[in-house]
Amino acid sequence: MRQYGVTSPIKIKRDSINCTNWYLFKNLLMIDSAEKRRLENSQVTMHIIDDHHHEHEHEHEHEHEHEHEHHHDNRYSDMEARVRALETVLTEKGLIDPAAIDAIVETYETKVGPRNGAQVVARAWVDAEFADWLKRDATAAIASLGFTGRQGEHMRAVFNTPDTHNLVVCTLCSCYPWSVLGLPPVWYKAPAYRSRAVMDPRGVLAEFDVVLPEATKIRIWDSTAELRYLVIPMQPVGSEGMDVEQLADLVTRDSMIGTGLALSPQATSCAPEGSSQ
Amino acid sequence: MSQCETPSILTQSEGLPRSLEGDPVFAEPWQAQAFAMTVHLHEKGLFTWPEWAKCLSREVHRPDRSSDGRDYFDAWVAALCHLLADKGVATPETLLALQRSWQRAAEATPHGMSIDLANDPIRGSTSAS
Repeated sequence: MRQYGVTSPIKIKRDSINCTNWYLFKNLLMIDSAEKRRLENSQVTMHIIDDHHHEHEHEHEHEHEHEHEHHHDNRYSDMEARVRALETVLTEKGLIDPAAIDAIVETYETKVGPRNGAQVVARAWVDAEFADWLKRDATAAIASLGFTGRQGEHMRAVFNTPDTHNLVVCTLCSCYPWSVLGLPPVWYKAPAYRSRAVMDPRGVLAEFDVVLPEATKIRIWDSTAELRYLVIPMQPVGSEGMDVEQLADLVTRDSMIGTGLALSPQATSCAPEGSSQ
Repeated sequence: MSQCETPSILTQSEGLPRSLEGDPVFAEPWQAQAFAMTVHLHEKGLFTWPEWAKCLSREVHRPDRSSDGRDYFDAWVAALCHLLADKGVATPETLLALQRSWQRAAEATPHGMSIDLANDPIRGSTSAS
């Protein structure tokens, strides 16, 4: 039978990312029913395979055509492609080491770029009406705060509860809502993250020091070119009465992907902002 | 930026958008990637700081640049490309061919797969070097 095993640490570097494991993805996308059952039995809800169907079950108020077969999910702008071209040439000539580049990017990734999502989360914590709007129509609710995606992609907010923890996966930076979340973490683009998040979400979360009660269900969401997800973490205990700005400081990028929880108010006084690893 | 590291002198580049703490600010992931590559090449000694500063300045002050700095990293990447051409690393034609190749590869890659240059359906006829 097929093998699904990918057990290497998720912090793999770019050189291994480039070795695209097509078989792995094919297997992932065609998980057989027995495997799916096993996943369901282990309290993991799969949204990978039938994300489109799933969306159709929900009220999808926005009218845009789903061209399932002909839709190009991936597109590089001229600048994105140019930078990849530079990277290719420089790597081929041995002038750069992609792992070193990733390391440099990593020093900035949690601190720069727009962190608009933190404002959205903080607002949802203090304003029940806004939270409700966010649940119903995240695209409009987020846009009302002045944040819109570059390509006008639709957003959907998924709320963590004591019963359900949400985790977003995507291997492609082109599917990452950076206008809301800021720069994507390097590991997020690694195939191993995606596959392991699906097969062993608890194991992945444990590596981020997120240990959930056994009874908590984990839902995996797969971003698409049309629909991006924002996890709304639970408001940490002890943060009641804080204002929106203070609350936004508790919201890390990782907590909005689902690989972290919001910081507790005590933690922020000594922990560097956005740190989670 | 972690405190134990000395920031690259490239963070002093003319016009670089910076946070209150002095860290560079990137609006899109490719900008961070371009910045990191340039820092790395400078650290490896491919070019000197004065060489970079001069090349960047020329690009930033081109008359067709926007006044609000929204195309700052376009200028940054153009400056890097010029430097690489001057150093004999890559010609503009090579880079353009590769850029188109990456764009075709992206469009040919279904969602959920890593975008790989090998996915470009006509790669080979547009060989890089």
